[in-house]
Amino acid sequence: MHDLRGNRQFADRTFRWAAAGAATLVLLILGLIAITITRRSAPVLREMGTHFFTTTRWSPADRLFGALPFIWGTAFTALIALLIAVPVSLGMALFMTQVAPPRLKKPMVYLMDLLAGVPSVVFGLWGVLVLSQHFNLGRSFLTAGIILAVMIIPIIASLSREVIETTPPGDKEGALALGATRWEMICAAVFPHSAGGLVGAVMLGLGRAMGETIAAALVIGSSLGQITANPWASGNSMPAVIANEWGEADELHKSALIALALTLFVITIAVNLIATGIVQRSMKRARGL
Amino acid sequence: MRTRSTSSFALASVGAFLLLALLALLAPPYATAAGVSLNGSGSTLSKPYQEVAIEEFKKLNKGSTINYGGGGSGKGRQDLADMVVDFAGSDSPYKEADLAKVKGGEVLYFPILLGPITVSFNIPGVDSLQLSPGSIAQIFQRDIKKWNDKAIVADNPGAKLPDLDIVVAHRADGSGTTQNFTEYLNAAAKGLWKLKSGSTVEWPSDTQAGQGNGGVAQIVKSTKGAIGYVDLSDAKASGLKYARIKNLAGKFVEPTAAAASAAGDGIDIKGNLLFSALNAKGVKSYPLTCQTWVVVYAKQKDHAKGEALKAYLKFLVQDGQKLLGEIDYAPLPKALQERAAKQLDKLKVP
Repeated sequence: MHDLRGNRQFADRTFRWAAAGAATLVLLILGLIAITITRRSAPVLREMGTHFFTTTRWSPADRLFGALPFIWGTAFTALIALLIAVPVSLGMALFMTQVAPPRLKKPMVYLMDLLAGVPSVVFGLWGVLVLSQHFNLGRSFLTAGIILAVMIIPIIASLSREVIETTPPGDKEGALALGATRWEMICAAVFPHSAGGLVGAVMLGLGRAMGETIAAALVIGSSLGQITANPWASGNSMPAVIANEWGEADELHKSALIALALTLFVITIAVNLIATGIVQRSMKRARGL
Repeated sequence: MRTRSTSSFALASVGAFLLLALLALLAPPYATAAGVSLNGSGSTLSKPYQEVAIEEFKKLNKGSTINYGGGGSGKGRQDLADMVVDFAGSDSPYKEADLAKVKGGEVLYFPILLGPITVSFNIPGVDSLQLSPGSIAQIFQRDIKKWNDKAIVADNPGAKLPDLDIVVAHRADGSGTTQNFTEYLNAAAKGLWKLKSGSTVEWPSDTQAGQGNGGVAQIVKSTKGAIGYVDLSDAKASGLKYARIKNLAGKFVEPTAAAASAAGDGIDIKGNLLFSALNAKGVKSYPLTCQTWVVVYAKQKDHAKGEALKAYLKFLVQDGQKLLGEIDYAPLPKALQERAAKQLDKLKVP
């Protein structure tokens, strides 16, 4: 009896240390990434200063690196992706939770997870072959936005579904008992309850859309220095530039690409932190804490 | 419930990570005692040649393994500098500034092939086209936007060119082909060409970009009015039509293996076998010809590997040269083959 307890304590302690180690490892890796990319982007930031973020000429031959068009391209394609993905994903989530009969629900969840698991290069190739060529959209912000939308729909939809399912049945039944139609019930009970979680889901999708590399590189058109709100124009995004130019870049050019990575790193971390914050706050509210 | 399963997952992943790390430490080195394994990476232009040469070399030397990874000339040079490969394929030499970062000492350059870069086009109803360097420069920097522009008409006396918009296709990825193409325009269209040279240049925004030679070929093939620079073997594989280009002697020459070899005859070659086949002299030279070297360290550290590398290099610069014609590249001129073989003496094996 006594022995057994000692053994159990030992197991418990080992487990605690191993888990703590794993958690620290994540932080350590993140920290090391941050240190490395900050250090290696220093040369270009020293040479260009804040012009790196504010000018539009990207010309390795002239040692000029202005990243603004790529920052714009990243933001613009992500915006297009959200405009398409948010209504569709919310529709899917509401259908699965409020409308669909239970026997339809399971296969739909399954298919959605399947979509989330498709490698991004497959989406990219599909974009090139079907959207660019067959539907003649060319390689543009719009094509990239559509591809990104398809990629983030499963993420936003499955998170939204989970959030929406936390709506207390009492709230919904109350609304229905007062004579609300299904849509009125959704507006009165579901949305107010899950608003925070839905925003979080959208932000996580946004993070994925901004970081997507290969699919964007294949369909965005890779034109340099273009800042335009015309979705049919070709452009470039930060991850796509890194993927395209890394192989043949020389020292300062490499540093400039790493500085792009740093910019992206900071932006995505900010987006993810805000998203997690919003989700957590709404979860607390949902539990009535 | 939820937190517990997450933590045991974390525990499992830490365990798996430690196990993998241990395995990595205990695993034997890649080369086995039975045979030597050589690894190379770099130039994608020369990858088809490396592939057929490795195939043939293996038939002659049983038990040896050679891998060539591609990835681009820049990656090859970087990999060799970091000593993660035994040889690099590169379409251009190390820059002065980068040489300081090469870890293994002095490097040797062995030229292995010449390759024509085509200027491929897609104009309905037009099968042959002649272009001077000046016209190419103006087309690719979008000064000329129609196929019936007077500069193009002047290159093609008597030809009927349509009133069609020109669509320029170029590489999206940083590329040795772009480097060579822009270097050529820098030299041959001096004063006209404004985009400078490099693996990535500032293309005007109303142009289209494709991934790799294949990506550019695909844009040219599927777009009416398109023009793009594509290496000969990819252009042929995609069934593209390509222009004859005016060389230094004023003759319009078609990109063929023979015309690229002729370019090799008309160039100055330095003692370390560095040269540029671009814009070469000679009536029969195709001016848009580039080259690939295999770069290795002069001082090899491992006996077996060094000997194998020497044998493979010898094969690449001599017996292997006859394989080049079939894959639409050009062999080195005889004199250069001999100089390259002679340079093998400088490769020191312990």
